[in-house]
Amino acid sequence: MSADAVKPRISVETPSRVLPREEPANPLIRANIWVAVLAFGVAAAMAMMQAISRANLELPYRSASMYYMSVTAHGVLMALVFTTFFIMALGYAVAQKENGSIPWPRFSWAMFWLALAGVVMAIGTVFAFKSSVLYTFYPPLQAHPLFYIGLTLLVVGSWGWAASMIVAWRRARAANPGRPVSLAMHATAANAMLWLLATMGVAAEMLFLLIPWSLGLVKTVDPMLARTLFWFFGHPLVYFWILPAYAIWYTVLPREAGGKLFSEPLGRMVFTLFLVLSTPVGLHHQFQDPGIPAGWKLFHTFNTMIISFPSLVTAFTIVASLEVAGRLRGGTGLFGWIRTLPWGNPLVSSVLLGCLLFLVGGFGGAINAAYALNSVVHNTAWIAAHFHLTVGSAAALTFMGAAYWLVPKVSGRELELKLLAKVQPYLWFIGMALFSFTGHIAGLQGLPRRVFATSFGDAAQAHAWQTLTSISALGGVILFTSAGFFVLVMLGTLLAGERRAQPPIIWAESLGEPPGGYRTGLWDRLGLWFVVAVVLVAIAYAIPLWDLLHLTRYGSPGFKPF
Amino acid sequence: MNIDLYERIWMWGVGVVLALFFTSTAVAALGHQIHPPSHVETIPPGQALSDPRFRRQGVSLDQRGRVHARVVGLMFTWLPPEMTLPADTPVTFHLTSIDVIHGFQIVRTNGQSMVVPGYVSQFTTRFAAGEYLIACNEYCGVGHHTMAAKLHVVPASQWKSPAREVADVR
Ligand code: HEM
Ligand SMILES: [Cu+2]
Ligand SMILES: [Cu+2]
Repeated sequence: MSADAVKPRISVETPSRVLPREEPANPLIRANIWVAVLAFGVAAAMAMMQAISRANLELPYRSASMYYMSVTAHGVLMALVFTTFFIMALGYAVAQKENGSIPWPRFSWAMFWLALAGVVMAIGTVFAFKSSVLYTFYPPLQAHPLFYIGLTLLVVGSWGWAASMIVAWRRARAANPGRPVSLAMHATAANAMLWLLATMGVAAEMLFLLIPWSLGLVKTVDPMLARTLFWFFGHPLVYFWILPAYAIWYTVLPREAGGKLFSEPLGRMVFTLFLVLSTPVGLHHQFQDPGIPAGWKLFHTFNTMIISFPSLVTAFTIVASLEVAGRLRGGTGLFGWIRTLPWGNPLVSSVLLGCLLFLVGGFGGAINAAYALNSVVHNTAWIAAHFHLTVGSAAALTFMGAAYWLVPKVSGRELELKLLAKVQPYLWFIGMALFSFTGHIAGLQGLPRRVFATSFGDAAQAHAWQTLTSISALGGVILFTSAGFFVLVMLGTLLAGERRAQPPIIWAESLGEPPGGYRTGLWDRLGLWFVVAVVLVAIAYAIPLWDLLHLTRYGSPGFKPF
Repeated sequence: MNIDLYERIWMWGVGVVLALFFTSTAVAALGHQIHPPSHVETIPPGQALSDPRFRRQGVSLDQRGRVHARVVGLMFTWLPPEMTLPADTPVTFHLTSIDVIHGFQIVRTNGQSMVVPGYVSQFTTRFAAGEYLIACNEYCGVGHHTMAAKLHVVPASQWKSPAREVADVR
């Protein structure tokens, strides 16, 4: 590795006292961040109580219906609201950096309010105990119609964002013919296209099945069709969460760590591959489902293996970029560069700790996706433990780190409570390690996920879980403390941070950029790759869906056992 | 594209690992016929309890002497709530639900399947002698965490086998 070829440049960016004009999209970016932070705070508080409840410990107001309401709210607020709004904020920031402004600002504001109205509707029915169907809302459990309508509005609002990102990407290309857009813009546009493709599944499920059924316009719904459409959406959803985190790892982390991005051209390939491969894999969530022949499950299993390729390339690039940074900071020896990384910078530590947790999550994911092994872990506590490492750490912790970096830039205020921001990622790491490690083991020992209490009428087989769920509850309390720190830093900064001109967003430089700069290549042609993605999805889903539709199917009426 | 030598080595390594994954999965699935439960059969969910396939829940022998277990899931119990099966003998489970989705999970084994109203799930497995807990692993409502059944597995020699069925109900 030719790190010595690069001149050391460790950025010392200090805010200046002269306030520049506010960038036009900043209020919109802040509005999205507000929603994300508030959703996150509420969801984290509920989560701590869930973790405690699963240890069979008494709490005020603890009851089964409270638990399932809470898990619904936590899942929706974390997985669908916090993530989506933060990703939208990040996307607008990228587009504004790229072109100086965002396309159609008033339309974007309208879409923001639409999405927010949808969230308020949906979550309102959850808090009213009318929609305890969990964030996967599998029929024939039936929620209040406004739950489905609200979530649909959230998706429609996010389509507005996606359209805006694609237009921003096109404008950036048109402005510099022959030159690639920034890697951050490329990643954002690929993610927006992926999102448009993915949400077709859930939109179809909502519009054709669940909304008419919950309104009483049709009597029954086929649960298998609904599940299949849900997971058409559900797997690419996880890439919708993780791609913006990868974008931060590629385009922000190297510079913050004091180095350069190791291989930018491969980064472009990675994001394009995700666009192409994310969707034709959803059946790996339905391994245990009846009604779907084994052959198609196997086909989706093979696709799933292929999609680990871009993630594994990312693993190399990120570690290599970090090594460049560590060596520029004077690190020597095989591992000495790890010590010299700026572990006190909350963006860097968030990402590094998130990556460590993600490493474990990745191994677990390979087991979940294994055709034969899935039967051991499906729907056990293992699964919840697994995705708290992926979306709950790699994505969420990166977003928190990114917020420490981004919020000052879009608010013109200095980060407040810096000490809490420094400690917070480490607390998350410790809490998550306890929560997740025990959850994995309990899952292997057969503890189902999504249960209010874990004693199963004092069954002998359930005794083994008690110690594990107790440690997990401790992890939950530490996680909640960490989440509280994050929310405090955000509120402090947004409401009371000292106003100062902030250094602008600057993307990481690329190591080994040719003298005249990069030229556009095959991986930059996202429109073409989008078409390829559509074709792959058609191959993977057309026949299984056709077969399902041609079974003699019996629909189900709705049930509200909550 | 100009790719660093180490990175190229890494990518080839990843390729080799993925090829191994492919082969092992293909050998297990296509060679040894190890598949997750993927039975395709439908049933009117509201009438499942009077359907010939599930009218009598529990353990039975078909005409060829193979062991079957028919289980119906409903909020918040499994029917039957208790079963006794012979050890080291293949048992075919047939499962359906009359209301919402449930998850049939024999704790600490790999025997499990989603149980979806309108569909019949099926898988075949064998057990070591012992006491097993059958839990519900898919959220089905406010009593989900109480939905459990007992499975006793006794040595085949001590197992009291039920009479063979007169006609085979699939
Ligand atoms: C404060 C930190 C957190 C704690 C203590 C926590 C804890 C929990 C617990 C105890 C459950 C219920 C598990 C079950 O009953 O099976 C749960 C579910 C879940 N959590 Fe978290 N969590 C945290 C953060 C997050 C984050 C950051 C995300 C994603 C961005 C997330 C996403 C989810 C999802 C999607 C579910 C599944 C709900 C379901 O099964 O329907 N959590 N969490
Ligand atoms: Cu998936
Ligand atoms: Cu259940």
